[in-house]
Amino acid sequence: MDTPVPHRTRLTGWGRTSATTANVVDVDSATVTAALRETIASASADSGLSAHRGALVRGLGRSYGDAAQNGGGLVARLAGAAADAVIDAPNEEITVDAGVSIDELLRVIVPQGWFVPVTAGTRFITIGGAIASDIHGKNHHGEGSFGSHVRSLTLLLADGSTTVISPTVRPELFWATIGGMGLTGIVLDATIHVLAIETSRCIVDTQRASDLDHVLALMAEGDDRYRYAVAWIDLMATGKHLGRSILSRGEHARLDQLDGADLAAPREYHARVIASVPPIVPISAMNRASIKVFNELWFRKSPKNRVGEIQSIPQYFHPLDMIGAWNRMYGPHGFVQYQILVPFGAERALRQVIERLATSGAASFVTVLKRFGAANPAPLSFPAPGWTLTLDIPAGTHGLSAMLHELDHVVLHAGGRHYMAKDSHTTPEAIRRGYPRLDEWRAVRDSVDPTGVWQSDLGRRLGLID
Amino acid sequence: MQNSFGEPQTILLLGGTSDIGLAIVRRLASPTLRTVVLACRDPDAAGDLVAELGSGLGSGLGSGGVDVRAVGFDASDSAAHATLIASVAADIGDLDVVIMAFGVLGEQSGYDADPASAAAAVTVNYTGAVSSGLAVAHQLRAQGHGNLVVLSSVAGERVRASNFVYGSSKAGLDGFAQGLGDSLEGSGASVLVVRPGFVHSSMTEGMKAAPFSTTPDKVADAVASGLGAGKRTVWAPGILRFVFMTLRHLPGAVFRKLPLG
Repeated sequence: MDTPVPHRTRLTGWGRTSATTANVVDVDSATVTAALRETIASASADSGLSAHRGALVRGLGRSYGDAAQNGGGLVARLAGAAADAVIDAPNEEITVDAGVSIDELLRVIVPQGWFVPVTAGTRFITIGGAIASDIHGKNHHGEGSFGSHVRSLTLLLADGSTTVISPTVRPELFWATIGGMGLTGIVLDATIHVLAIETSRCIVDTQRASDLDHVLALMAEGDDRYRYAVAWIDLMATGKHLGRSILSRGEHARLDQLDGADLAAPREYHARVIASVPPIVPISAMNRASIKVFNELWFRKSPKNRVGEIQSIPQYFHPLDMIGAWNRMYGPHGFVQYQILVPFGAERALRQVIERLATSGAASFVTVLKRFGAANPAPLSFPAPGWTLTLDIPAGTHGLSAMLHELDHVVLHAGGRHYMAKDSHTTPEAIRRGYPRLDEWRAVRDSVDPTGVWQSDLGRRLGLID
Repeated sequence: MQNSFGEPQTILLLGGTSDIGLAIVRRLASPTLRTVVLACRDPDAAGDLVAELGSGLGSGLGSGGVDVRAVGFDASDSAAHATLIASVAADIGDLDVVIMAFGVLGEQSGYDADPASAAAAVTVNYTGAVSSGLAVAHQLRAQGHGNLVVLSSVAGERVRASNFVYGSSKAGLDGFAQGLGDSLEGSGASVLVVRPGFVHSSMTEGMKAAPFSTTPDKVADAVASGLGAGKRTVWAPGILRFVFMTLRHLPGAVFRKLPLG
């Protein structure tokens, strides 16, 4: 078998900021070791990280910042085949290549009556990426993050060997890999729990909340009755409307809840991209005026209280995926996603952040509030009991950087933290404070990668590796 | 690593006491900035500058502030440049922004009287820039990112009789820096060539200001916006681009008659 040849390629994250150039090589599980041989050899021959640039695996590049970049080093794009996934129905689990995307996987498993245990707001992420970022979805309050549903995984280590690890086999390495941003090794495949579903439809309740207190109260009181729950906040609303929201909560529909055309094809699954944004958008289409109009319309068109609406999986879980390359809408400067956690009891800090953003003139199109449940044992896992707020802002917004640094103080002071898969602006100090178990994670990483084979721009920028 | 706003974590200033260079450092400072290295002839004499810059740049989030340090750098000692750049990178990590701000101005009459002193000035302004610039480019290429800011001068755009030794050294530097930038195409690294006019600074103290004179802070603003926009060339002030576009195309007979000082 030929060893794949790397090509020098400029890479960014989904936010299209902070490009660096790396040697990118396309691999699969059969060729990945050969492609990495040279990098592993040169890492162990050199002393000190600055002497070599190491290697990193990249999935679909949906992290917003520089998590899947490795400037000057090797970046391995790992492919996988969804058709090779093996479903073990009695144990409700599936073994799948890490390079397979949730998009590809759902096309195979939904018609067979299964669903992924956790999905992000986009289905264009790989299983390996879901593990590395320990992604969460609308069901975190009840079911935790993706890593909590991984039964075992195969990890390619810095010495070129592979190991199968799980919550009971080498648990420290397993949990360091969950949320470990790809810096403990390359996940080659994983066995994950899958959820049995009767239909491919969701049954959704939608409710308007007039302000922040209202939506927090509704979520605290009612989220636990639903498997899925999330609120969309109109960040352009200020004053007495501050935090006005649309709360959307749902569950997979049962067969007896369907009728008509839905019942005729209960597990039919069509996920389409209906349009794509062209490659060149000379100026950002996302500005304060356009977003304000959109938000106003969106809020008004939403029902005050609607119960039992039937929606498809793409409609309910992945609405933005209908527009291909929607990140181009932000124009040449790209955009920043800011996702933070504030623990329960620190709602004042949450209000402060929302108020500051709402009154600053920053235009956020997608602002989402979610209530998290219990954390898992992974030292770098983002979710923990509390509220998580997510927003997208054009990176060219005047004064945005200073404001985000200021908000970082509020968040950290409240005992919160940043989601690294989204981050593209913060500092090593913010990560140290937000993730008090960072040193514990580092010790595990250093024990399996003493020469620093696994590196990334994010790791360098946020001081995860040194 | 620079963040999504292009804010650097590390800055290396070659010519660590340059007014313009320091103004650029201050302009690029943010809570993201971790380390500034001032490379200058006499690092021991730069103690006050290091302390002042360190306190002026404020502190990062809950950290002990920005780490400012001085290292020895002799622009005319080309043989030492590659080692110096490599050791700075080994100490502080990736070089996000490198500013090349060293140079000597001198007086044309002095150069006329002492040709050896003219050659020494050209060695600093041009030869030193070539060796250090290539060393920086090597590092940035290996990183796959980073910006080199080269302080050229309008004096190199059309060399005038009143300072043609200095002007010709800047003409050489400018050509080198443009070519270096082009050679880095596709590497992830880039070069920004800065062409200021007359800048009020310690280098020009006591001299009569030329038209469209500017200040180090204004040059720093132009550099910051040039970096943000991914430009390859900036003029400070911007109008000089058009002034020199005209001057460059004047017939010699006309050019020589202009009262250009």
